[in-house]
Amino acid sequence: MFKKLISSVTLMLLMVTQQSHAAIEILITEFTDTARPVAVVPFRFNGSGVKPANIEDVIAADLRNSGKFRPLSLAQFPSQLPFRDTDVDHAAWAAAGAEAIVVGEVNEVGIDRYEVRFEVIDVLRGQITGGQNQILVNGKMTTSNDHILYNGVKTISGNQFRQFAHRISDVFYEALTGTKGAFLTQIAYIAVSDPRISKLPYKLVISDYDGYNETVLISSPEPLMSPSWSPDGNKLAYVSFENKRSEIWLHDIYTQQRTKLTSFPGINGAPVFSPDGTKLAMVLSKDDNSEIYVMDIASRQLRRITNNRSIDTEPSWTPDGKDLIFSSERGGKPQIYRVNLATNKVRRLTYQGEMNLGGTVTPDGRHVVMVNRTNGNYHIARLDLETGMIQVLSRTYLDESPSLAPNGSMIIYSTIDKGRKVLSLVSLDGRFKATLPSVEGQVKSPSWSPFLL
Amino acid sequence: MQFNKVVKGLIIALPVMTLMACGSSGTAEDQAAEMNKPAVEENAQASAGVETAAPDAARLERERQEQQMKDEMMALQNLQTVYFDFDRSTIRSEFYGLLDKHAAFLVKNSGVSIVIEGHTDERGTPEYNISLGESRAKSVATYLQNAGVSASQMSVVSYGEEKPVDSAATEAAWAKNRRAVLVYQK
Repeated sequence: MFKKLISSVTLMLLMVTQQSHAAIEILITEFTDTARPVAVVPFRFNGSGVKPANIEDVIAADLRNSGKFRPLSLAQFPSQLPFRDTDVDHAAWAAAGAEAIVVGEVNEVGIDRYEVRFEVIDVLRGQITGGQNQILVNGKMTTSNDHILYNGVKTISGNQFRQFAHRISDVFYEALTGTKGAFLTQIAYIAVSDPRISKLPYKLVISDYDGYNETVLISSPEPLMSPSWSPDGNKLAYVSFENKRSEIWLHDIYTQQRTKLTSFPGINGAPVFSPDGTKLAMVLSKDDNSEIYVMDIASRQLRRITNNRSIDTEPSWTPDGKDLIFSSERGGKPQIYRVNLATNKVRRLTYQGEMNLGGTVTPDGRHVVMVNRTNGNYHIARLDLETGMIQVLSRTYLDESPSLAPNGSMIIYSTIDKGRKVLSLVSLDGRFKATLPSVEGQVKSPSWSPFLL
Repeated sequence: MQFNKVVKGLIIALPVMTLMACGSSGTAEDQAAEMNKPAVEENAQASAGVETAAPDAARLERERQEQQMKDEMMALQNLQTVYFDFDRSTIRSEFYGLLDKHAAFLVKNSGVSIVIEGHTDERGTPEYNISLGESRAKSVATYLQNAGVSASQMSVVSYGEEKPVDSAATEAAWAKNRRAVLVYQK
């Protein structure tokens, strides 16, 4: 009874708070000349009062954060700023160095209602066709606007500008690269303040991928670990020590409902949703030392996957859901292994480096992103599953917890910067690097959400 | 928690033992109990001098033992940490003496229980470190069990790299963080 009372008090301390500003912001540290020059033209505002948000700033930051684009500065723009394709001087923009531009306008259509129109324009193509391409359709000459890569219109409210700007960035990114953009995504992470000062030093936080719209899901007196998104983006699985032992919890982000999933003796750790969302791979030590298990979430039925005297941990699903990769000490130091769930056959994947651990398979199934230890240095590395080659991507210090953007273009991870744990970004090719310095405390265990609608 | 239960158990058990002892005789305790009985009942006045002395002595002895246990426990709580080498969970020989003291105390006081916390430094991944921390805590538990401590007196929890005593990223801080801590349960 007393115990029950204590746990309900703890739960009352766990509360949801939201901050509108970004506690972390992206600071680009390394860039590449291969980034393509583009322009995001300020959107025209047709309405009373002031323009509610600078949509173009959010889009430009997104494109810059992708490492694939280099938005021109206002000073580099031609003197006339267009709002529609019909106003665009394609040659002038091409001369300014832009490959493609975004133009648009915001029309106030009601109280807190705004119609946003935008176009993504290939100015190089527009320069060639003069915006009026003649093509043969069913034997007839027809004009085509094939230089307009996308045009969209949507009515939104004042608080949806950031979100809609990310949507425009996604459209732009996909139109120019052929890959889906991952700007309309979120990250989950653990923030830790000094336990000597704070009564609830451990926080599970979600925010937009760029650190904005930070929401604290829970604050706890005891550690929180290993957040992992459900494939629909509605739930997080994580580890909480709120009952002075590790337990796996499921947390619905929208209803804030929490469910305790496991509380076995020993370790309850490293939960990861299967690609279809029906299962959870996890680490338990109830039967032995750390072993990998798969739980069917609906029935709570457990299946033991590994059976080994040494540590097996950090399961991660292949995109087809048929295999797991995991870290194991069965060969001495931790290395990455792969197990087929139908046959239980295990194969070692990594041989280079003193240790390889914390692996995740890329969405295309061709690489494993992981932590590599070489000469005592922990860096984020990429293993090519076909050739077995390992490429070290990061240059920061004590890197851990890599998590991939759902389009596989970028890795977010935890590192140490000026003595504090912070989040960092590195592109899958290693060319783009950025840090997300936090305002206060330590930030770690990032987990990138799936695509959100 | 466990210790509390034992104390509570004694408080309940003592009067019961007193009642049970009424009909029997033999051990010194039984006799003390026998003498105890009249003290609270009809013959209180007649033999008051003898009767009050005996229970007081028992109580004092009990209190002395409890105090001694508390002192010992307090002393042990100042020696509660065992340190480990990087990525290792074997107990360094310099900590055998410290663990032997805990073992001796726990064997003598079988009602007392401990939680062994396993911790690591921040190098490596948090999930791997949870497993490493557990290995460290289990090494301590195995050592104590080999020294005669009952498994039921011990439980193990790993916090991995989540609760550093020193959060600096230095060799000195890491050495302090690679530890197992024996926490007595009250």
